[in-house]
Amino acid sequence: MKAVTAARTGGLARLSDFFFRNRGLLTAFLLLPPLAWIVIVYLGSLFALLLQSFYSLDEFSGLIVRELTFATYAEIFESSNLQIILRTVTMAAAVTVADAVIAFPIAYFAARYARGGAKALFYLAVMMPLWSSYLVKVYAWKLILAKEGIITWAAAQLHLTFLLDGILAIPVIGGPSLSISYLGTFLVFVYIWLPYMILPVQAALERVPRNFIEASADLGARPGQTFRTVILPLALPGIIAGSIFTFSLTLGDSIVPQIVGNSRYFIGQAVYTLQGTAGDIPLAAAFSVVPMVIMGLYLAAAKRLGAFDAL
Amino acid sequence: MKSMKGAFVSLVAIATLSGTAVADMKKEIGAGEGQVDIVAWPGYIERGESDKNYDWVTDFEKATKCKVTVKTAATSDEMVTLMNQGGFDLVTASGDASLRLVAGKKVQPVNIDLIPNWKNVDDRLKEAPWHTDDGVHYGTPYQWGPNVLAYNTNVFKEPPKSWSVVFEEQTLPDGKTNKGRVQAYFGAIYIADAALYLMHKKPELGIKNPYELNKDQYAAAIDLLKAQRALVGRYWGDAAVQVDDFKNEGIAASSSWPYQVNLLQADKKPVASTIPEEGATGWADTTMMHAEAAHPNCAYMWLNHSLEPKVQGDVAAWFGSVPAVPSACKGHPLLTDTGCETNGFGNFDKIWFWRTPIGKCENEGSCVPYSQWAKDYIAVQGQ
Repeated sequence: MKAVTAARTGGLARLSDFFFRNRGLLTAFLLLPPLAWIVIVYLGSLFALLLQSFYSLDEFSGLIVRELTFATYAEIFESSNLQIILRTVTMAAAVTVADAVIAFPIAYFAARYARGGAKALFYLAVMMPLWSSYLVKVYAWKLILAKEGIITWAAAQLHLTFLLDGILAIPVIGGPSLSISYLGTFLVFVYIWLPYMILPVQAALERVPRNFIEASADLGARPGQTFRTVILPLALPGIIAGSIFTFSLTLGDSIVPQIVGNSRYFIGQAVYTLQGTAGDIPLAAAFSVVPMVIMGLYLAAAKRLGAFDAL
Repeated sequence: MKSMKGAFVSLVAIATLSGTAVADMKKEIGAGEGQVDIVAWPGYIERGESDKNYDWVTDFEKATKCKVTVKTAATSDEMVTLMNQGGFDLVTASGDASLRLVAGKKVQPVNIDLIPNWKNVDDRLKEAPWHTDDGVHYGTPYQWGPNVLAYNTNVFKEPPKSWSVVFEEQTLPDGKTNKGRVQAYFGAIYIADAALYLMHKKPELGIKNPYELNKDQYAAAIDLLKAQRALVGRYWGDAAVQVDDFKNEGIAASSSWPYQVNLLQADKKPVASTIPEEGATGWADTTMMHAEAAHPNCAYMWLNHSLEPKVQGDVAAWFGSVPAVPSACKGHPLLTDTGCETNGFGNFDKIWFWRTPIGKCENEGSCVPYSQWAKDYIAVQGQ
């Protein structure tokens, strides 16, 4: 010990001695850059956004009035704006449920049965869509869903046109063609965000010990019972983690509904339009706060369900 | 030393721009600074990288030793933001941005005596209100074009005579309804198209200018658009999406740009365009110079170059627009002799060019401002 504590000469050595004696300072020094990043870049911009949302737009001149007011938030509660929020949340919820239902069996197979090469292939298959451009995928879907696209063609070949027409005739979710309906928007969202659901669910399923399942069977539980009482509760944190991705990504997206859909606004588009040509930054900021509040509520609910207990 | 002087001149320019704007114009063009930085619409300044036949930059660089750098912007707002940040010499601003830039003192008056090619400019554009303020020119016209009515020639044997085919429910010449088979523009500026239609349909409203609407006129336009919502499957905002919708979604008619129509016709699709009896809205772009341009000499050289008939014809052929220089319409190999007519040259008088609607307006005293347009158009599309 004596050799270490003896004062040494040389700049670097002294510096290292100094930090050795003042551990707290070293931690602070190392944490400073990431902390500064979070505080300035993340929280700073968030604060600027919040502040903007408490300003308002002068109806007459179209200029921003820099006085704190709740008027802009009151506008959020006008019926057309509430509709935008309701539409986005409904879509996000539907996409999340569909993704969970589709992802679970895939993830289950990958976690329980796939081995070696098959597993590598699985990862590749899930990840591959993430490597190509998001826009390319959306435009490709537009072609697939078009009135004169492959789905309509396939339906005609199989003499199932009546079925497609029947689906499109459903009020609200239908429309002139798949690519001009909520159904189309929904399908594209489900496809685009699916990997974000599969991967966490698969990770959660990998961690379910095999002997739990065997024990459950030994104690006389039927497969369905084992699934409900053992596997599902243990995989729930993975599903919730995946749903946070799919839900928040849908909530904030502005591109998909613009290319595939019936032009009814989603929150992301409203923000884009309002801050753009309209120059209505306060209302755009207030709209951006909405997904944050919704995600806050969602996370609180997820916490109550015990999604973070395993962390 | 030169840059010091330049900085001083521009400082003076900022300090005195208000009031004595004319006095600050350049009196002569000096040697080039070796560079010029331009904010432009995509496709407006091409150096042969997309298609080697379309290059109107390389020759300019060789002749003037001014290296051209281009920053493309997707919306008028982006252009205004970039110009506000500074660091650019020129911008190709549309009518809904140009006056904002003048009002914000971000662009400087241009001395047309220093631009020999000014004489080439279409007389109809020389004094256009979107770049001329009190007789002072803030830039040179670049290109313009109409928002045409594009239609499927299998559905319409004759060009539709009125915009009513997209505004009111009716049976089209092929015997089927127009419901779900027409499109409208996604941006709120489209409210002006509705107002233009009402100008003729309901003269009792007294609309004099589709960009200046009082409360009642505005309400009538919104009502018309609400009824139109039932006919429109999807609004178009992206030119590529609209081209695809004409190909794959059975669209019969829609407001459009010559650009899409040219693309569709090049693809041998049964699509043509017309300007109905009510006239049409349109855009007109101006090359404007930043108030603190770092390379004013090269900027002036570019302004002059941009008005060369060859350059004008190249841009028009590439973009599907109309040149600001009529002599570009004759004998240009890429545009051909019919190109200008196709893109709308003869329809200048029928066109109401895009402007930002503002609260204070000439005709009505107080008008509905654009922020309101944007909000209400979102509501129209969402119903």
